[in-house]
Amino acid sequence: MLEIKNLHVKLEEEDKQILKGVTLSIGAGEVHAIMGPNGSGKSTLSYVLSGRDGYTVTDGSATLDGADLLEMDPELRAAQGLFLAFQYPVEIPGVGNMTFLRTALNAQRKTRGEPEISAGDFLKLVREKAKNLKIDAEMLKRPVNVGFSGGEKKRNEILQMAMLEPKMCILDETDSGLDVDAMKLVSEGVNALRSAGRSFLVITHYQRLLDHIKPDVVHIMAAGRIIKTGGPELALEVENNGYADLLAEVK
Amino acid sequence: MGAVSVKAEALMQRLAGLARPSELAAPREAAMARLAGMGLPSKRDEYWQYTDPAALNATVALPAALAVDDDAALFGALDAVRLVFVDGVFDAAASDDLALAGVTISRLANAPDGHWAETAYGALEALGQTPIARPWATLNTAYATDGLLIHVTGKAQKPLSITYLRRDQLTDAILHHVIKLDAGAELTLLEQGPAAARLNHVIEVDLGTSARFHHIRAQGRDMGRRAVTHIFAHLAGEALFKSFTLTADGALTRNEAVITFAGPNAKAHIAGAAMGDGAFHHDDTVFITHAAERCESRQVFKKVLKHGAVGVFQGKILVKKGAQKTDGYQISQALLLDDGSQFLAKPELEIYADDVKCSHGSTSGAIDDTALFYLRSRGVPLRAAQSLLILAFLADTIAEIEDEAIAEDIRAGLETWLARHES
Repeated sequence: MLEIKNLHVKLEEEDKQILKGVTLSIGAGEVHAIMGPNGSGKSTLSYVLSGRDGYTVTDGSATLDGADLLEMDPELRAAQGLFLAFQYPVEIPGVGNMTFLRTALNAQRKTRGEPEISAGDFLKLVREKAKNLKIDAEMLKRPVNVGFSGGEKKRNEILQMAMLEPKMCILDETDSGLDVDAMKLVSEGVNALRSAGRSFLVITHYQRLLDHIKPDVVHIMAAGRIIKTGGPELALEVENNGYADLLAEVK
Repeated sequence: MGAVSVKAEALMQRLAGLARPSELAAPREAAMARLAGMGLPSKRDEYWQYTDPAALNATVALPAALAVDDDAALFGALDAVRLVFVDGVFDAAASDDLALAGVTISRLANAPDGHWAETAYGALEALGQTPIARPWATLNTAYATDGLLIHVTGKAQKPLSITYLRRDQLTDAILHHVIKLDAGAELTLLEQGPAAARLNHVIEVDLGTSARFHHIRAQGRDMGRRAVTHIFAHLAGEALFKSFTLTADGALTRNEAVITFAGPNAKAHIAGAAMGDGAFHHDDTVFITHAAERCESRQVFKKVLKHGAVGVFQGKILVKKGAQKTDGYQISQALLLDDGSQFLAKPELEIYADDVKCSHGSTSGAIDDTALFYLRSRGVPLRAAQSLLILAFLADTIAEIEDEAIAEDIRAGLETWLARHES
C-alpha cells in the first residue's frame, strides 16, 4: 500500500534537514503506529506525504499502490485515497461543514471519473456517519471547525475520513487535546473503518491511544529516522521507560 | 488657479453638451442653484483623495466595450415586476405593466406637472449635502433624463426588478429614482446591469414609520464602464432599510450611501461585495447619521482584488447629540490575491452622545494558506478551493440579503465571475 524509501526532507525556507532517511512499508489492511519524542519528524512525515508546501524532498521516494505520491498535488493524493487527519484541524469561517464535505466528496469523485453523489444520497450518508460519531445536525450546519471544541474537531476529522473512504489514513496526533471519553469515541470511529483494504498510520506520543486502536506494527522515530520497529509491545516499553533507553541503544 | 475655480471649471466642462429636461422643473432649478455653488470635485478634494473623478468630469464619456459573454440574467426565476432600461432609457415594450397592487410607478421622463414627486424629487439628495457636499448627486437631480417614481402605499406583493441593458459603447446616462414608502409599506427593489459606459445614478428612499425596504443590486460587469451612484435613505421610526450591492468588474465605481435615522428604533444595514481583476477601481463611501435614539446601523463591505485592482472604503458613523442607545457597526475587509492590489480604508466615528455602542474594523490580507491546504488535502482542487475561500470571505455580505433565493442568485453570479477570473 504505502512504500516510503530512504525519504530525506528539509525545510524549504531554512537549510534544516528534518527527515534523514525514513523507510517504511505498510501493507493493505495494516495498522502501523509511529511514536517518538517531540521534534523527531513525525508531523513532517505526515505533511510531506499529504503534500503540504514548505518542504523539499532531497532524496528518497514515497508511493501509494505504486504511484509516486511526491509528484502529485495534494488534491490528487486525496483522490488516490490518501487522508491526513490533522493534529490541528483548520477553522474555515464562511464554509458550512456540509458544503465542505459534499464539495470534497464530489471533487474526489470527479477526479476519479466517478459520477457526483446526489443531494439526497449525500444527506443520507452524512447523517448515518455523523450519528455514529455523535455529531449532531447543528455541528454539520456550522462553519467548518469554527467554535468546535477540541473533541468536536477530532470527531469531525474522523467524519471526513468516514465520508471520503480513503485507503491510506494518516492520523497525526489525533489523541492530542482529547479527554478519555472523546478518545474512546474517536477510536471507535477509526476502528469501525478498519478493513482488509484500508491501512492506517497512527502518529502519537502516547501508548494509551494504541490501547484503543491496536496497531500491528510500532515504529520509533527519532531525529528524522525510524530507529526501531517492533510489535505492540514496543509501545508499552516506551510508555514504561521513555525514549531515553531506545535512543541510547542506537547511539 | 484657486480651488473654487478648478471646481467651477470641472463643472463647466461636464455640463457642456448636457441639456436640462423640463419635467419636475422646480426641484431641478433648485439643484442647479446648489450645483453652481459647489462645482465638481477634483482629486484634491479630501472626499475624493482615493478616487480620481477626472473620467467623471470629462465632457464626453470614455468608451466602454460591451461584455462579450452573455451570462444568464440574475433573478430570472423570481416572480417580479420586470422593468427594463436600454442605454439609460426606459423601454416600456420590454417591461411588464407598471401595475402592482399597493404601488404606483411612473416614469421621470414624462412626469406631468403636479406629480407627487415634485416635492420628493431631490429632497433627500439636498438634505444629504450636509455636512459633506456630493455634487454628482446634485448634478444628477438637475440633469437626470429618466428613472422611476415609485410610491408604495402597502405591502408590495412582488419585487420590482430593474435590468439596465447597454447596447452602445458610449452611453452616458443619468438616472434618478425616487421611492416613497408610506407608513408600514414594504418593497423589494432589484437592480442589475451595466446601464451605461458612464453612469450617474441616484436613488432616494424615504421610509415612513415601520416601512421596510430591501434593495439588492448587481452592478454590471463590463470591464470599462464607469459609475458614480448615490443612495439617499431617510428612515422614520421603526423603519428597516437593507441594501446589498455586488460589483464585479468596472474601470471605476463610486458607490455612495447617505443614510439618516430620523426616528427611533429603526435599522439600516448596508453591504457590498466587490470583485475586481486588473483595471478596477471600486470605492464604497458611506455616511450614516444617527439623529434618533435606539437605531441600529450596520456596514459590511468586502472586496476581492487581483492583478492591480484597487479598493477604497470611506465609512462614517455620525451619532448626534441625543441619539442615545445607538448601535453602530462597521467592517471593511479586502482579500488581496496578489501583491499588486491595493485596499485603502478610512473608517470614521464621530459621536456626540454618551450612551452608544459603536465599533469598526478594517483588515486586508491574502488567502489563508492553511485553510487552502486543508481543502486540497480533502481532494478539492486548488482553483475550486480558492473559490470556496473567496466565497467564504464574502459570505458576511451575502448574509445581509434576507431572501434566500435572491442570495443564491448572487452566489451563483459570484461563482460565474470567479470561474471566469481563475488565472
